[in-house]
Amino acid sequence: MLEAADLACTRGTRRLFEAISFLLPRGEVLRVRGENGSGKTSLLRILAGLSPAAHGEVRWNERPIRRQREEYAAEMVFIGHSNALKDDLTAAENLRYGLALAGVAASRVQIGDALAEEGLARAADLPIQWLSQGQRRRVALVRLAFCGARRLWILDEPFSGLDRAAVTRLAARMSMHVREGGVVVYTTHQEIDLRLPARDLDLQ
Amino acid sequence: MSAGLASACLAIVSGDLRLAMRRRADVLTTFFFFVIVASLFPLGVGPEPERLREIGPGVLWVAALLASMLALGRLFSGDFADGALEQLALSPEPLSVLVLAKVAAHWLGTGLPLVLIAPVLGVQFDLAGRALWALTWSLAIGTPVLSLLGSVGAALTLGVRGGGALTALLVLPLYVPVLVFGAGAVSAAAAGMEVSGHLSVLGAMLLLALVAVPWATATAIRIALE
Repeated sequence: MLEAADLACTRGTRRLFEAISFLLPRGEVLRVRGENGSGKTSLLRILAGLSPAAHGEVRWNERPIRRQREEYAAEMVFIGHSNALKDDLTAAENLRYGLALAGVAASRVQIGDALAEEGLARAADLPIQWLSQGQRRRVALVRLAFCGARRLWILDEPFSGLDRAAVTRLAARMSMHVREGGVVVYTTHQEIDLRLPARDLDLQ
Repeated sequence: MSAGLASACLAIVSGDLRLAMRRRADVLTTFFFFVIVASLFPLGVGPEPERLREIGPGVLWVAALLASMLALGRLFSGDFADGALEQLALSPEPLSVLVLAKVAAHWLGTGLPLVLIAPVLGVQFDLAGRALWALTWSLAIGTPVLSLLGSVGAALTLGVRGGGALTALLVLPLYVPVLVFGAGAVSAAAAGMEVSGHLSVLGAMLLLALVAVPWATATAIRIALE
């Protein structure tokens, strides 16, 4: 499924990492670890196809992702460091906007239900700027509830800022996705037991 | 156009317009900039109708051009800062079409109000009848071209310090042909001449910009995100 072949990344004159290779088949999780500044976010952006690699290439179903941008985008969800939420729109409006952009059909009622399930029923009609950082992160992550059909999830620090209950729910959601044959790549500082055989990639 | 693309474009237009409604101050700034700049000239150059009629087309067009440029800074910078631009670039739909939807929403929020108020300001310059008609139509065709051309500059200067001034330097030379034919149409109408030629050239510019610009802007956005 997802394959990285000899990836390298440079920032300015500094080489962040090199010779990163892995093959992630269906139903596997890759946890990317490393100190601040070790290039975790850069690696994820390369895997998502946002940045080009200084060397090597990323393949999805054995084809380079840059040759199949639209097919790849239709099978992938990327939740980056920033939440992609508009301060002046409500949580529900933001989700509707984001999902329509991603080409995922979701009705108003489904979005309301998904927010309620995440414990954000009261926040659904509030502008994002009134929510706390953790709540904003949770709103961004609610997108995953609609993206079960997308095989590949790329999540940059998904657990940061979440309370314990939210961490448990997210871990359960990721586990379920993997058990259904999905692939998850994520970065984290925390030790979170997904109860799954996770592969680790340590960036120096 | 596939259903996914149509719903993505619709979401962008309605979402961006809703945002514009919630941040009304931004829209009003552009609008009143145009109104005030255009109103300063009659006060500055004196009330002789002949002179006002003569400078009116150029002044109104330059004021509209500057007002539309003033709004460019907001076209992508918010999306760039909050990560929405990444999601736009990662959409399975073609980025150039999504960019077109963003520019359309931007024009509805900033360009269209200028077009609608222009005839009222034209009266200050003693323009009447056909000249007002030509002013409205030339702005209606010309301001979308300004928004489209400006989107390239706005995308190229994403993440650059002092991007606003740089956008102006990049974009103003590109605005020249639009200004020449736009103001030319109004002058011609005021002199009682045929304006369909000027408007046709503006229309051709709009078609050309519709084809070429979204692609260039999409490429600039991808480079900015790297």
